[in-house]
Amino acid sequence: MGLAVVLALLVVPEDADQGVSQRIFYIHVPIALTAYFCFGLGAWKALRLLWTREEHFDLESYVAVHQGTIFGALTLLTGSIWAKASWNVWWTWSSRQLVLFLVLFLFYCAYFMLRYSIEEGARRARSSAVYALFGVVLIPISFLAIRLAQDFVHPVVFNISGPQMSASMFATFCVSWAAVTLLAYVLYRVELLGKRVDADLRELRETLERPRPSVPRLDEQMPTGVGS
Amino acid sequence: MTAYVADVAALAHKDLKVELRTRDTLPAMLLFVVATLVVFHFALPADAGDDAAYGLLWIAIVFTALVGLARAWVPEHEHGVLEGLVLAPCDRSAIWLGKTIAALAFLAAAQVVALPAFALFFAPLDAPALLGVVLADLGICAVGSLLAAMAAATRSREVLLPLLLLPLAMPLVVGGVGSAIAPEPGRYLLFLALYDAVFAVLSWASFEYVVTE
Repeated sequence: MGLAVVLALLVVPEDADQGVSQRIFYIHVPIALTAYFCFGLGAWKALRLLWTREEHFDLESYVAVHQGTIFGALTLLTGSIWAKASWNVWWTWSSRQLVLFLVLFLFYCAYFMLRYSIEEGARRARSSAVYALFGVVLIPISFLAIRLAQDFVHPVVFNISGPQMSASMFATFCVSWAAVTLLAYVLYRVELLGKRVDADLRELRETLERPRPSVPRLDEQMPTGVGS
Repeated sequence: MTAYVADVAALAHKDLKVELRTRDTLPAMLLFVVATLVVFHFALPADAGDDAAYGLLWIAIVFTALVGLARAWVPEHEHGVLEGLVLAPCDRSAIWLGKTIAALAFLAAAQVVALPAFALFFAPLDAPALLGVVLADLGICAVGSLLAAMAAATRSREVLLPLLLLPLAMPLVVGGVGSAIAPEPGRYLLFLALYDAVFAVLSWASFEYVVTE
């Protein structure tokens, strides 16, 4: 990650058109790709949950979607900064990726709303899983829809795919991508571990708080009131 | 196969009969869509073209569908019918298909009034636009009846359904508006058909997981 920052900030030559602001490309695009990857992973775990009915996939799917949403929000943020720097607007409807991420962000926020309004249990796991699957199908469909919509909503003015990358730019891009993916993976493991510990603790506490089967004490066993 | 069709027909018939007796959903949808169109007249600036009106028509259609779908599973939940249906010896996806057909019937009935009203108030609708409406209705009802079943099992059902459905309905609005205003609407109709096929299959296959305990 540190290497990626150094490379992106100091080593790579500046883009001829956009100057220094182009450097955000090395953080924006890897974050976006990682967000897609997390959504895909969440849907994959959801599919496995529906297929095998093993409970641990529920938590894994949820954590992956959670990471994806965080990276999606970061994509919106960095994309917005980039748009401000190079096109002098904070938001533009003509950037397909940004619009797609906005739709996905709304979709996955609804995922959390759904999840938090169902009682914990198998039903919640399955409803969330089905919704996560819908999400991953929505990505290409929305992308297509946004491309179609631009024909009548807004003409394409800017093109992000832009200039061809030179070798050093491409290498920097790959290092950044690897760094962000690694970061996402570490965060995923940490959150998963935390949630598992939470779940275990809750289970333990419930076991402790459950009233123990009462052992009859000695003096209670003595028949009282009968003989006296 | 014939048993499956008979199950679906019986379930859809049940929904239509319940609606005929209670009249809970359809009058509400009709009033809502006409009132919305009237409000839109005041929301549009006087010099806004027809294109803006087509956009608003699609907002009206999506929200009318939401009004209907929000009530779609209420009778089942109030009387514990859903548990009975899930236990019944029929394919669970038949429950979804029956509900989708009933929702489609309500939405179509509302549009029989809404579309002429739109043509009268705002702008005429040509054949591709009407075909777009039909295709988008299919998609909304297919996805909507699954999501409504999902939302009906939650604590905040009325609030949740629009949140769940609107991001998924965005491509339908694109296709619908495109088929109404684009010079060559074929691509948009094709896109709507693709959406319908993909999401109908997905909803059909995943409904079982949403209703079983």
